[in-house]
Amino acid sequence: MQTVFFPVMEELRDRLAGDLDGTFEDLVTAIRDDLYSGLRPLHGTEAEDLAQEALIRAYRALCGYEPDRIRALRLRPWIWTIALNLSRNQARDRARRPTAVELVDTHGVHDPEPLDTAAWEARLACLPLAQRRAVVLRHVVDLSYPEIAEITGRPEGTIKADVSRGLARLRTIMQEERG
Amino acid sequence: MNIEEQLHILRRPAPGPVTTGTLLGTGLVDGYAVYASPVGDVVVSFNPRGVSSVDLADDGSEERFRDRFGRPMTLARPPRGWEVKIGRAIEAGTPADLPVDFRSVTPFRRSVLEVTASIPRGQVRSYGWLARQVGNEGAVRAVGSTMASNPVPLIVPCHRVVRTDGAIGNYSLGGPHNKRELLSHEGTDPEWLESLARRGVRYVGSDTTHIVCHPTCAHSRRIADSRRREFSDLAAAVDHGYRPCEVCRP
Repeated sequence: MQTVFFPVMEELRDRLAGDLDGTFEDLVTAIRDDLYSGLRPLHGTEAEDLAQEALIRAYRALCGYEPDRIRALRLRPWIWTIALNLSRNQARDRARRPTAVELVDTHGVHDPEPLDTAAWEARLACLPLAQRRAVVLRHVVDLSYPEIAEITGRPEGTIKADVSRGLARLRTIMQEERG
Repeated sequence: MNIEEQLHILRRPAPGPVTTGTLLGTGLVDGYAVYASPVGDVVVSFNPRGVSSVDLADDGSEERFRDRFGRPMTLARPPRGWEVKIGRAIEAGTPADLPVDFRSVTPFRRSVLEVTASIPRGQVRSYGWLARQVGNEGAVRAVGSTMASNPVPLIVPCHRVVRTDGAIGNYSLGGPHNKRELLSHEGTDPEWLESLARRGVRYVGSDTTHIVCHPTCAHSRRIADSRRREFSDLAAAVDHGYRPCEVCRP
């Protein structure tokens, strides 16, 4: 999947620089599943709105960029930087409005998703936010460590440590599930 | 399968509304909703800049929109607060606080449409009057084609603009029949307008106040029959010592 992804992004970037309005829908198609899959374990059903908002903000930013600036962008990390800013703001707003917090449904009973998906979301929900975010960006979204360091603004070593601690914790959780 | 591979199960397609919502939010695709009007159902299109188009609702609405504006439209809910404003704008025949997307319109045409939007409900003005209001007396034909290409009829009330000789004239939203329907709906009898036109009556004055108005001006409608004087042109009224009404600005 990711092997064909990067050439597609480069081609899109060049087309965006030449014809933003004519190309943007193709960018949405290329990146929406990525955004949604990454935001969903972090924000649940709000992922849909956040992915949409991130894409709209990306479009507005691109409208103000010169073609050369667009050609110099690394699209995937750039859009993820926007998405992660929104994600942080959302988390902060939620913290300020405690009544809006939803309980994570660890049984997946009300979740129309397949059981395995729900189970993985529930396991991830047990991780501290920094670890959950790092694991999701690395192993669900398939971003590289340097890319994650760039978009989160944290050192690469810290990200690696968060991913490794997160995975270790997931292993423990699975062992506990098996009893 | 190791944990890293198992986590890939969380990769999944984004729900459809992500794409639709994004394209609507960027204005690359307009949304539309169907509203009732005195001339039947109309589709009202909108994007983040404002209402972009009003057209008759039929099987060809989407295609006509794409041909005219170069982007598609899709059935959607209007932005929060606009749903009611659109209904009110159609009923009142003026945008009021509803934003209108005039990107498809040249600056000249936009200024003509903005003056058109100020014509009160139940009144009519002529193409010639509109041309004078935008400071270009000779642009009567350009005003006519602006009315014909008005992207938001009903909301910018081009049905209140009639030919300079007083005849009802053409209408872009389904033809002259609909224009008559809309004028009647607003309490302006098109047959009365035509009878004035036939008699060459373009202005009406009161010999009490010596003020001269358009025949549909709210002030001229209050003139008692015995005090009412009719004029075929403004110069004649001025010669008789009348001054133009400051509200309807003949």
